[in-house]
Amino acid sequence: MAVRLQEEPFDLGDEVARLTLGRTDAGAVVTFSGICRDRADSGERLVALTLEHYPGMTEEELRRIEAEARGRWALADSLVLHRHGRILPGEPIVLVVTLAAHRKAAFEAAEFLMDYLKTSAPFWKREETAGGGSWVAAKGSDDAAAERWKA
Amino acid sequence: MKLLYFAWVRERVGRAEDEVSPPAGVGTVAELIEWLRGRGPEYAHAFEAGPAIRAAVDRRHARPDASVAGAREVAFFPPMTGG
Repeated sequence: MAVRLQEEPFDLGDEVARLTLGRTDAGAVVTFSGICRDRADSGERLVALTLEHYPGMTEEELRRIEAEARGRWALADSLVLHRHGRILPGEPIVLVVTLAAHRKAAFEAAEFLMDYLKTSAPFWKREETAGGGSWVAAKGSDDAAAERWKA
Repeated sequence: MKLLYFAWVRERVGRAEDEVSPPAGVGTVAELIEWLRGRGPEYAHAFEAGPAIRAAVDRRHARPDASVAGAREVAFFPPMTGG
């Protein structure tokens, strides 16, 4: 169970290898990685994203979200890794890995972690384009995705 | 009480943090926002979005009616866009 914040890019394969090394109890590993696209929400070509966050609260909030997931599903292990700072198109932004005995718990927990992270972890994206820059607006569909877990 | 601002709230206020001592009548997040709006045009501009602005009291998400009594750190920011 871990939460990590970092500026530098990460390698999906390395992270999964580290989590699964020597384990024989987890029959299912689910990973989700979010990648920086080359289009801004406006349709313009994206030069870079800058991720701002709330140092201190971000870590606490990610830990709260992870603890909530582990209370709902029997996970063998989990990782939530999020980058901040300047991120270029094609680079990874976020990684969620869940390990469980069977796939259902691993799939559901990974989706829950991403849905909650998007609406409650204090990160803000700023898009940089040739024409300048602007803050990304939150999407109502993200709120709806997080809301359905409350039922 | 330490105030922190993030993303476009920070840009509009023109600084990342403030140290303030609100008057006795300021007991909730909403009352704190109302009081801040009177501090100058940059605050009025930053907080004109009203309910669109989110808050955290001592690093936990807080609704407008949440108490700020005894809070060490209150943060204001737009809806989050991570992930």
